[in-house]
Amino acid sequence: MFDGADALLLARFQFAFTVSFHFIFPAFSIGLASYLAVLEGLWLKTGKVLYLNLFRYWLKIFAIAFAMGVVSGIVMSYQFGTNWAVFSDKAGPVIGPLMAYEVLTAFFLEAGFLGVMLFGMEKVGKKLHFAATCMVALGTAVSAFWILSVNSWMQTPVGYELGANGQFLPGPSWWDIVFNPSFPYRLVHTVIAAYLTTALVVGAVGAWHLLRDRTNLHARKMFSMAMWMAALVAPVQIFVGDLHGLNTLEHQPAKIMAMEGHFESHPEGAPLILFGIPDSEAKTVRFAIEIPQLGSLILKHDANAPMAGLDTVPADEHPPVGIVFWSFRIMVGIGFAMLGLGVWSLLARWRGKLYDWSWLHRAALVMGPSGFVAVIAGWVTTEVGRQPWVIYGLLRTADARSPIAAPAVATSLIAFIVVYFAVFGFGTWYILKLMGKPPRPHETGVGGAPIRTAGITPGPTQNPGGSGPLPGGEEER
Amino acid sequence: MDLTVLWAFLIAFAVFAYVVMDGFDLGIGILFPRFAPGEERDQAMNAIAPVWDGNETWLVLGGGGLMAAFPLAYAVILPATYPLIVAMLLGLVFRGVAFEFRWRDPAHRKYWDFAFFAGSLIAALAQGMTLGALLQGIEIEGRAYAGSWWDWLSPYTLLTGVGVVAGYALLGACWLVWKTSGSAQGHAYRLAVRAAIATLVLLGAVSLYTPFLDAQYFQRWFTMPSFFIASQVPLLTAITAFLLFRSLAKRREAAPFFLALALFLLGMAGLGISMWPYVVPDTLTIWDAAAPERSQVFMLIGIAITLPLILAYTGWAYWVFRGKVGTEGYH
Ligand code: HDD
Ligand code: HEM
Ligand code: HEM
Repeated sequence: MFDGADALLLARFQFAFTVSFHFIFPAFSIGLASYLAVLEGLWLKTGKVLYLNLFRYWLKIFAIAFAMGVVSGIVMSYQFGTNWAVFSDKAGPVIGPLMAYEVLTAFFLEAGFLGVMLFGMEKVGKKLHFAATCMVALGTAVSAFWILSVNSWMQTPVGYELGANGQFLPGPSWWDIVFNPSFPYRLVHTVIAAYLTTALVVGAVGAWHLLRDRTNLHARKMFSMAMWMAALVAPVQIFVGDLHGLNTLEHQPAKIMAMEGHFESHPEGAPLILFGIPDSEAKTVRFAIEIPQLGSLILKHDANAPMAGLDTVPADEHPPVGIVFWSFRIMVGIGFAMLGLGVWSLLARWRGKLYDWSWLHRAALVMGPSGFVAVIAGWVTTEVGRQPWVIYGLLRTADARSPIAAPAVATSLIAFIVVYFAVFGFGTWYILKLMGKPPRPHETGVGGAPIRTAGITPGPTQNPGGSGPLPGGEEER
Repeated sequence: MDLTVLWAFLIAFAVFAYVVMDGFDLGIGILFPRFAPGEERDQAMNAIAPVWDGNETWLVLGGGGLMAAFPLAYAVILPATYPLIVAMLLGLVFRGVAFEFRWRDPAHRKYWDFAFFAGSLIAALAQGMTLGALLQGIEIEGRAYAGSWWDWLSPYTLLTGVGVVAGYALLGACWLVWKTSGSAQGHAYRLAVRAAIATLVLLGAVSLYTPFLDAQYFQRWFTMPSFFIASQVPLLTAITAFLLFRSLAKRREAAPFFLALALFLLGMAGLGISMWPYVVPDTLTIWDAAAPERSQVFMLIGIAITLPLILAYTGWAYWVFRGKVGTEGYH
């Protein structure tokens, strides 16, 4: 009925599903934690209550997103052992310590100060509270540092030795392992991605409330801050993405070939394929719309430089071209759309119409979720483009899995899917509900909010989803 | 000292820290339906809301640390207990989100309260059964788990599972005795006595069962030189249990929690006597499973610097939220 290949496919799907869900929350909480630190800092500096209200408004949203990030993250750290035991045994001596450092330097920091950040304002005073907020923000960034180092080492493994028992052992320098060749690019690109994602969400919420009431001062402030971020950081992200691509070309050329749809080598300079339908069987891109020589110009900075294609790579080492080709275009397309939004907002600002152009607000609203899409598309490019390797060039994904029967993997996969959609679906709904209300002049904090607002906030919107018991409660009966 | 031994103690410390700290969180979850909706439940929730995330992080350290320091053990134990681990993770998902969601959605609060209870119960049961599965032995071939995906299920693992549930409930009740007041506290006192009885009965049953699982455990506990050392554990347990009941009867507030902690410490010592020097009893010693010295040293540097800091700011966070909780959340 089932065999090893099915179990492998199921395990891969389980990893992709859980990690994609997980990453949605860090992408938001890394950016939001920093935004909260900025808001609180501005409040302390200027004394303007407007900032405090914004801080409290976003803090409630942060609390929910963060909780979902934590619980989905714990699943990830155990999944290496449950589904990828061979990988854990072999790579544990190298990547295990990096993940241990993540726990020690990032997770404890976040978790230790989170309680004070959420509930401690009146207990510790403003200054210490601000320090706690900064610690949480710092923790999220440090966490990104370590986990991306791990992922990058799997992409561009260096600094290891092969043990007699088949394990990868650390070489003399941990520095080489941590700062492996693709790590700096991946770190900068991913952290900026998190900031952009957050900026677009904040911008969309601001735009939503501006569309309803242009005079809302809180909405104005949010929208303006977010649009600065988009205008300034989107071009940086495009630049960094280009550098990242050059680095990948150097270390994982087959991935770039798949991203570009280059089945064939181009000795006289490669075109840039804008769109088309890759066909891995026929080894060609159908209906391609291409610009001659531009591919070589971008990747080699020389229009006539020769470019190797997938025909130079053994067939059993080809990544799945179709997925990578499309996910890459989605990400890049969104990147340019963000740049467009940023430029538009600059124009509006220059004309003094930032709060008046309702088409700009509508565009910002539509772009709200685009960061999440770009981030997931980016990861799909990175991870699928690395196939069939889990440690690039050294350990195949097919050889890395646990000796677990397919039915066990299938059952757990179904359980994850059902639970994640139910639980995180509700979480997202609660976040949207909070975002739907405008920030108020006397915004409450998280701690005060629970019981007091429960009684005070009136309204028909209180009953989400209408009737029927929660799937969450249902499941365990 | 041998670094591998040091690492074994560090992992044991992380596991112990997890068990007692998240133990009281999970215990409160397990007891949650026994508290009246409204004021009592809100107090119980607020007694852990600011600290549960930090407590749970010790689980990540235990798991991540195991992978880093004893990768082979991590790669064998997790597949062997696959369904238990998945159940635990899903339980923790429900438990973790319930803290936030119950406040955000008053209309459905009773469902999130139920998710909080069920998630805590499942996580605790799965953790206890994982412990039992480890103690009863794991089948290994080469460097991989070689059993089926149901090997972990046995009367013994059910017993350890229920035992851990009772133990966590005891910790949770004692924490509430300390942190709450009024009717919630009265309730907690009564629950603590019952949980203490259940914990001691189950601890006794597990202790009697374990030596008969395997000749080796029997030897350690009942042959001559080691018997003298090993027999101290039950003796001290009896004394601690007596003090615990007395402190509950005298309505002490903080003492019961620390005595319950002492019970767990003794349980851990007993576990050490049974397992040492194996990570997977009878098949893998800590030296078989250990990571190379370079990994051990690198992490040791990190832990030497960060652990004191972590303990310091964790302590500070507990200090900030000291004293009795109200029903209004902290503000
Ligand atoms: C670029 C950043 C990034 C990436 C790629 C990942 N994470 Fe993550 N993770 C975070 C950034 C982050 C974070 C922002 O730091 C979170 C979000 C909420 C939180 O508590 O920390 C987090 C939470 C989080 C937690 C809970 C920590 C706690 O209890 O406080 C664990 C165990 C993991 N992650 C583990 C992983 C694993 C095993 C990953 C890869 C497969 C992973 N994360 C990808
Ligand atoms: C958080 C962002 C991440 C996302 C969205 C992501 C996405 C994916 C996807 C889509 C796959 C499946 C590829 C395929 O089956 O073709 C995969 C595989 C994998 N990824 Fe990631 N990944 C992320 C981060 C990481 C990190 C940080 C690590 C390492 C710590 C990692 C380790 C792996 C492993 C071990 C696999 C094995 C399964 C496989 O290669 O199919 N991933 N990931
Ligand atoms: C035109 C703009 C962009 C270019 C040229 C670009 C380029 C790239 C490249 C080449 C990769 C693959 C890295 C690899 O080979 O492993 C990548 C990955 C990724 N991209 Fe982009 N990118 C752009 C915009 C964006 C935007 C707007 C976001 C999110 C808001 C984003 C988020 C990501 C993420 C999360 C990854 C995976 C992590 C990593 O490997 O860094 N990118 N990007």
